Amino acid sequence: MDKNLKSKVIVIVATILICIYGIIGLPKSKAELERNIAESIKLGLDLRGGSQLVLQVQVQDAFKADADQNIERLKDEMQKAAIAYTSIDRNEPATIEEADTIQINIKGVPVDKTAALREIFTQKFSTWQMASVGSDAYRLTMNNTESLAMRRDTVTRSMRTIEQRINGLGLAEATVQQRGNGETNPEILVQMPGVDDPARVKSILQAAAMLEIVEVKDGPFPSEEALRAKNGGILPLGTRPIRQATRPGDQGESWYLVNRTAVVTGRDLRNARSSQDQFGKWETSFVLSPDAGRRFGRYTESNVGNKLAVLLDGRARSVAVINSKIEDSGVITGAGSQQEAADLALVLTSGSLPAGVVYLEERTVGPSLGADSIRDGLLAGAVGVGAVVLVMLVYYKRAGINAVLALVLNAIILIAVLAYLGAVLTLPGIAGIILTIGMAVDSNVLIFERIREELRHGKAVLAAIDAGFGKAWLTIVDTHVTTVVSCAFLFIFGTTAVKGFAITLVIGLLANVFTAVFVSRTIFDWELNGKPQSTTLSI
Amino acid sequence: MEIFKKTNFDFLGKKMPFIVASLVLTAVGVGSLIVKGGPKYGIDFKGGTVTTIRFQQTPNEDQIRKALGARIPGEIVVQQVTGQNEVIISTDLRDERELNEARSAVFDTLKATFGGKDGDKLDINTATQAQLADKLRGPLASSSAALTEPQLQEVVKNILAYRDAAPRSGLLGNLDSLSGVSGVTAEMVTVIKQQTYPGSYTVRGFDLVGPRVGKELQTQAINATLLALIGMLIYIGFRFEFVYGLAAVIAVFHDVIITVGLFSLLDKEISLTVIAALLTLVGFSMNDTIVIFDRIRENLPQMRRETFDSVVNLSINQTLSRTILTSGLTFLTALALWLFGGQVLNGFAFALVAGIIFGTYSSIFIASPILIFLREWMEKRRKGNTPAAAVASPVKAKNSK
Repeated sequence: MDKNLKSKVIVIVATILICIYGIIGLPKSKAELERNIAESIKLGLDLRGGSQLVLQVQVQDAFKADADQNIERLKDEMQKAAIAYTSIDRNEPATIEEADTIQINIKGVPVDKTAALREIFTQKFSTWQMASVGSDAYRLTMNNTESLAMRRDTVTRSMRTIEQRINGLGLAEATVQQRGNGETNPEILVQMPGVDDPARVKSILQAAAMLEIVEVKDGPFPSEEALRAKNGGILPLGTRPIRQATRPGDQGESWYLVNRTAVVTGRDLRNARSSQDQFGKWETSFVLSPDAGRRFGRYTESNVGNKLAVLLDGRARSVAVINSKIEDSGVITGAGSQQEAADLALVLTSGSLPAGVVYLEERTVGPSLGADSIRDGLLAGAVGVGAVVLVMLVYYKRAGINAVLALVLNAIILIAVLAYLGAVLTLPGIAGIILTIGMAVDSNVLIFERIREELRHGKAVLAAIDAGFGKAWLTIVDTHVTTVVSCAFLFIFGTTAVKGFAITLVIGLLANVFTAVFVSRTIFDWELNGKPQSTTLSI
Repeated sequence: MEIFKKTNFDFLGKKMPFIVASLVLTAVGVGSLIVKGGPKYGIDFKGGTVTTIRFQQTPNEDQIRKALGARIPGEIVVQQVTGQNEVIISTDLRDERELNEARSAVFDTLKATFGGKDGDKLDINTATQAQLADKLRGPLASSSAALTEPQLQEVVKNILAYRDAAPRSGLLGNLDSLSGVSGVTAEMVTVIKQQTYPGSYTVRGFDLVGPRVGKELQTQAINATLLALIGMLIYIGFRFEFVYGLAAVIAVFHDVIITVGLFSLLDKEISLTVIAALLTLVGFSMNDTIVIFDRIRENLPQMRRETFDSVVNLSINQTLSRTILTSGLTFLTALALWLFGGQVLNGFAFALVAGIIFGTYSSIFIASPILIFLREWMEKRRKGNTPAAAVASPVKAKNSK
């Protein structure tokens, strides 16, 4: 055999082996083979069933919470330094874009205290910038670097919490990814193959789950007005009004006046789980971390007889009198079912979200629809490819086998590269594969038609093959490069779906240049090897 | 086997009827788009919900529309899936604030209207694995068919897998058929029948897109497509001549406009998958056009005495068998996808089938005449404003290399 031909054959065989290894690995049993194939050809949620969620993190919530904390600190510091003021409040940024416009407004500071106040700002509030508004008012705005860091941090922390909740749900195959830019476009993509109760997952992921145990100062009251009226319209310093969470069958509202600062919060939890009380009602019991447990123990010991409230997301879930020292555990009552109690335990152990999340998108494909899609897709693929193979064999006879082999190899390379890249096959990806098959068939047709033309012009077989490949090559380059150029734009500027299309197509086209030109040519050479005087060609 | 041995059709001589036909099709498409105020976007691009539901019996569309309309503002479209007791319900979502409630609004209404009730039995057709396991755990434990927890989960999983497999596809009609499921005994079937009932419908899919996301996806998809076209224009302009690129892009644009117009005429929605199909069609059509242009470029130096028209005509004839064969084969693939590919792929496959026809047609009858027209026009400009002379002496073939 020609040495050149031999090395070409080796290259082709090696490629085939590497690709097949990439798809099926080295299976020792049929079950392992099936498992490996299923692992290499990962189907997207649109084909196999499952849910995809896009969440948007409302970062402005974190900015507001931070400003609130700073206002509390500022009030403390100003009190310590004996600086009077008439009001300290913040504005209300409503959208993600406006988050950076957060500002704290201080009014009514005596003019002679200006220097002292400036001192506090520079010493203790270095992340904020101060500007005077008139003679007795000041405005604090957040530093640029600080607000950027805060945006990023909020998204990262939300993502971590969501990841923990997903893990807690036991969704093994689910993935959580950040989408877009964390600073300007705080979106999180959650993909959950095979999940059968997306509504429940959605509410778990969205739960703010901010747990606080606070001291109750006064209450209950039938309304907020009644609560305020009792205190002469102005609430005592360091307190806030809290409403009791309503349960089905509750009549009216009840309100409590509670301490602004919590004794323990959700961050102090070590563990939480669902349990039943002595009447068989479901509740969520939790255990505090050792450190928080000691703190809680000291507090309850010295406050026996006082009332405590368990707040979840700013609503009182249970209010109880401290009967004795409580060390490190507590319960949250009022769950409607075991699942509800267990879900609450799950969101509590995963920690609270630093900001609210909103669902921008949900795409759920039920298991039956997914199964149907795969079955129908395989059938359609088999019929389509079968028809192509049949026509190629009838139309081009022996040369048709070349084309079919090239096509099969193209498919193997495409699947192997997708497997190596860990890419997922989605509907738009199938579109890319169809265009690949089309262009692969086209390359073969172009070459074969060219060879036939050359044969008609009376060229010898070898010369005709040579000229056929040579002339078709330019056309193939032009069609392929044009498509690759357009794919590059689609990949850079397109949506996720369009990107999937572009990437499969580019891989398929690159594989096709190899299979339709190099491999197909080698097969012709192989057939004619040692028969240089051959006068007929089955084409 | 060969279909075309040596053809010599006068494609360009008969170009007028085709150009007129194309203009009419484009006008009709654009007209429909104008009358209907732009393409009919699916929820991907305008925001909203889409729910796919299969019923035991032929569903009453009016009832669905009325029930949902009472709760959800905006237009409610109920579309029957042919050959199955299945409907696709689309609702509008105009306000971001409706996003959170949109899902429960649809699901609760469906349950209230069609859910039915059978004592406190569980509807097995809408049940999740956890719900079914919870419902069966106690009764099975007290029957003679007691199971360990892993066994119970396994059996429940098998039952739901059986329910979801074709031909049931999510809907159990008769609970007795469960006796064939692996791990399910006759006693278990009795317990299952005591605890559950087969409801009248099942939700097979649900999509929800916020209006703002939809708007963003829309701009992004359109921008990406336009930029891809410009990229092709530049490459072809660089490899051939600028007029070739322009002619190719105009022809492809013509295909897209007509296909989008057809969607508008048939009241079909443009979704993200249809965009993928349109991109595929752009690829096919561009491929066809380049093959012909390539041949023109190759023929030009050898045919200096011929007019440009006849070079183009010869090139189309030379590549005709390739064009027919390739387009025919890809058409077969797309047709298979349309006929057998199932409902998820339906809109996508339809766009492909229509697109391949227009793409092939435009490469022969649109791209080439436009190329000739553009070249004549440029030649005229170069020679100064002497149109009479340009018509009298056909443009000489010019070596493009």
